[in-house]
Amino acid sequence: MGAAANGNGQDMIVIRNLVKRFGHVEAVNGVSLTVARGQVVVIIGPSGSGKSTVLRCINHLETPTSGEIWVDGMKLTHNHKDINAIRAEVGMVFQQFNLFPHLTALENITLAQKVVRRRDAREADRIARAQLERVGIPEKADAYPGQLSGGQQQRVAIARALAMNPKVMLFDEPTSALDPEMIKEVLDVMLELAREGMTMVVVTHEMGFARNAANEIVFMDKGLIVEQNTPDEFFANPRESRTRAFLSQILR
Amino acid sequence: MAAVSSTSSPSSAQGNFVGRLAQLPWWLLLLVLAGVTLLYQFLTNELYTVILDKLARGIMTTIFVTLVAFSSAIVIGLIAGLGRVSKNPVIYNLATLYVQVIRGLPILVWIFYVAFVLTPAFFTLTNALGDALSPLLGADNFLSKANTQDVTLLGRAIIALAFAYGGFEAETFRAGIQSIGRGQMEAARSLGMSYFQAMRYVILPQAVRRVLPPLGNDFIAMLKDSSLVSVLGVRDITQEARLYVAASFRYPETYNTLAFVYLSMTIVLSLIVKGVEARLGKDGRGS
Repeated sequence: MGAAANGNGQDMIVIRNLVKRFGHVEAVNGVSLTVARGQVVVIIGPSGSGKSTVLRCINHLETPTSGEIWVDGMKLTHNHKDINAIRAEVGMVFQQFNLFPHLTALENITLAQKVVRRRDAREADRIARAQLERVGIPEKADAYPGQLSGGQQQRVAIARALAMNPKVMLFDEPTSALDPEMIKEVLDVMLELAREGMTMVVVTHEMGFARNAANEIVFMDKGLIVEQNTPDEFFANPRESRTRAFLSQILR
Repeated sequence: MAAVSSTSSPSSAQGNFVGRLAQLPWWLLLLVLAGVTLLYQFLTNELYTVILDKLARGIMTTIFVTLVAFSSAIVIGLIAGLGRVSKNPVIYNLATLYVQVIRGLPILVWIFYVAFVLTPAFFTLTNALGDALSPLLGADNFLSKANTQDVTLLGRAIIALAFAYGGFEAETFRAGIQSIGRGQMEAARSLGMSYFQAMRYVILPQAVRRVLPPLGNDFIAMLKDSSLVSVLGVRDITQEARLYVAASFRYPETYNTLAFVYLSMTIVLSLIVKGVEARLGKDGRGS
C-alpha cells in the first residue's frame, strides 16, 4: 500500500500535497510534511491558517479533498476498516477535552480498550489506573468528568488516548480552553511524554512549550506551510516576513 | 408611623392571601371533587358498579395493547431515528419517507389502512412468494397457506399503533442524538471505534437519558390512543363501554366511568413521569 515508497522505517507520518476544501473555502492548500519517529512537531499560526485541519486529516476526522497521508507506512484510504485501524494507533487530544460525560474517568479510559483493543475488563482497568497515575490523578478514577477541573479533564483525555498504546499523539490546541492556572499541569504531562520519546504533533499557541519540547516548528498561514525550522533557529532567526510579523504579535 | 404601618400591613397581608389563594392548584381540587363524586356513585349507585365491572374486562386489553405497542414503537423509533441521522442516502431517505408518511396521516386512518389494506397486501405477497417457491418448498408450504385471518384484529391494531408511534419516537431519538455534541462522536472515532460502537457506547447512552421525559409523555399518549383500537372491535375498555351503551343507552353513566378510568391511569402515570424527570434533573451529569 505504498509503504515501500514512503516508509524508510523512520517516518511515522508522511503527508503529501494535502488539500482540504470546505465548500469554496480552501482550508489547506497543498501541505507536505514528514514527522520522523520520536519527533515532536509543533504547528503554530494564526487562527484559520489550517493547522487544526491538517491535524484532523491525519486521523481522517476530516476527509482530505486530495493528497496522500501515510501513518507508520499505512496509507489512509476511504476504507472504513483501515481508518478505524489507523485511528486506534493515533491518539488525539481535543481542545474541548470531549470526555464521555456519562462515564467515570476510569470508564472513559477503559471503554475503547475493551471494544477496540478487545482487552478484558481487568487488563483494561489495570492499564487505565496506570495511565491515570502517569498523568498525576490516580485518585480521580471514579469521578465523573463534570466533577473534574478543566486541567484534570484534559489529563484524563490524554490518559484515555495513551491507554490505546498509540504510535503517535495528536494535540489540537490542548490548553486553549483551560484557565491559565491549569495550563501548566497539562503542558507538564505533554513535556514528560515528549521526553519519553512519543511521536507528537501539537497545534498550540504555547510558545514556551514549542521552544522546550519541539524538535521542529512548522509555521502555517492561509493553508500553507510558510516556514519550518528547529525552535532555536525559528525563534532567533525567522526567515519569512510573515513569520516575523506573527512572532512580533505573539511574543510582545 | 404606627397608623401607617397598621393600615399597610393588613392590606399587604390581604394581598398575600389573595396571591396565595390564586396559586393553589385549583384544577386538582376540582378534579378530586369530581373523582370523589364519582367514587360515591360507584359505592352507592348500582348502575355505576355494573358499568365499572364491564369496563374492568377490557382493562387488561388496554394495558396489553399499550405496553406491547409502545415497546415495539421504541424499537422501531430507535431504528428509524438512527436512519434519520444516517449519512447513507438510501437509509436516510427510507427513514424520512416512513416518518413523513406517519406524521401526515391521522392515526385512525392509519389503523384502518394497516388492518384492511397493508395486512391483506402483505399476505397476497407472501402467498405469491409461496407459490413461486413451491418447487422448492412443496405445493402446500407455509408461505402459500398463510392467510390474512391468521393475524387477529388485535394484532393488526397493535402493529398499526406501534408503527404510528414509531414514527414519532424516530423524531424524538433523532433530536436526542443530534443534541449530543459533535465532539463526542469525534472523540469516540479517534479512539478507533466504529460508527456503531460510538453510537452504542457513547452517543445513545447520553441521548436516551435526554429523551426519557418525552418518551414518558408519549407513553401516556399511547395509553390514550390505545382507545382507537376499539374501531376494529378490539375489546379494550373503550369498546366495552361502547358495547354497554349500545345495549343500555346509559350514556352519561357509561362515559363518566370510562373517562374516570382513563384519567386515573393517565394522572398516576404523569406523576410517575414527573418523578423520573425530577430524579434525572438532580443527577447533575446530564451534559
